Amino acid sequence: MIKNFFPNKILSLNNRLIFVLIIMMIFIVIIGFIYALFISPPDYVQGDSVRIMYVHVPSSFISLGCFAFIGLASISNLIFKTKFVSLMAKSLAPVGLVFTLVSVVTGSLWGKPTWGIWWAWDARLTSMIILLCFYIAYILTWKLIDSFERANKISSFIGIIGLFNLPVIKYSVDWWSTLHQPSSITLTSAPTIHYTMLIPLFIMLFGMAIYSLIIFLMRYKTEIMKFKLNKKKNYK
Amino acid sequence: MLTKKVKSRVVFLILSIVSVSIIIFFILRSLEENVIYFFSPTEIYNKSSISPNKKIRVGGLVKEGSSTKKDNGINFIITDLKNEIIVTYSGLVPNLFSEGKGVVAEGKLRDKKYFIADKILAKHDENYMPPEVSQALDKAN
Repeated sequence: MIKNFFPNKILSLNNRLIFVLIIMMIFIVIIGFIYALFISPPDYVQGDSVRIMYVHVPSSFISLGCFAFIGLASISNLIFKTKFVSLMAKSLAPVGLVFTLVSVVTGSLWGKPTWGIWWAWDARLTSMIILLCFYIAYILTWKLIDSFERANKISSFIGIIGLFNLPVIKYSVDWWSTLHQPSSITLTSAPTIHYTMLIPLFIMLFGMAIYSLIIFLMRYKTEIMKFKLNKKKNYK
Repeated sequence: MLTKKVKSRVVFLILSIVSVSIIIFFILRSLEENVIYFFSPTEIYNKSSISPNKKIRVGGLVKEGSSTKKDNGINFIITDLKNEIIVTYSGLVPNLFSEGKGVVAEGKLRDKKYFIADKILAKHDENYMPPEVSQALDKAN
């Protein structure tokens, strides 16, 4: 499984796989949208603004997941000096950044009709903004530093430091009193979301996860090609 | 499999991760007062002193049967089921404000039992369900 992500394998990755994934993604997202917008019921308090959740929650999951991968890849890079893992992290970062932005913007759109304000500096929202800053810093180090070795090292440090932020985001709603509500889906107890609303949530999560995978695969392939080209240039 | 170099890097990383976690833990601990978004009535009650001119937020549930409309606002009681604070507010009330639900009020404390709010926010809880289910639950209770 892991072997398939090695640089030489990924270059021979069939474009047909990406094509199949795109078809799958479009199909699932359309079903998800129909379910989220028409089939699922409105909430008993929030009414129709609950439908923002079907985009907000999956994007938050994906943005946290992507950074978790970047952080772990950074650790593995500093210990084992595995270059292809940092190239994977580098290709995943823009996906995570976009979904963090989506999460923040949709959350803000939901906050106005529900709380009465667009933004509050509570622990959950602030830690999410910190995550956004880590994404930007991570991407910028790759963009601004020309030498691969140096960019690799500095971005790995940023990835590891940013890793500490993830449990803070996750548990901020339990540790402190925040305006943001506590988690509805936890590992230890039954979800407090009615199943008619859980179904579109998971369909959307699945669709958006496939979307992330597609973007990741395309970027990763490009990054590997660029890396090899640069290597060749340096030999001449 | 692990060479000496790799081993030393592992030890270095583990040590630095542990020490950074401890540092972050203590920073967040000492910043607790600033990190929390609102105080509960009990936390206000336990405070040794209150500053009546400082803007703070108080949060909890709107006590059932406590809200009375006045000409340009509302009076209600915030409770955390142990202590209560009387809140008086003038201005627009958010749509989702209702008795028995969460609320956060921003404003100034007159004393430990009386709060003048200049902004109120409805706090949503983690429960999501269709209206029919909520009605069925209400009936069952």
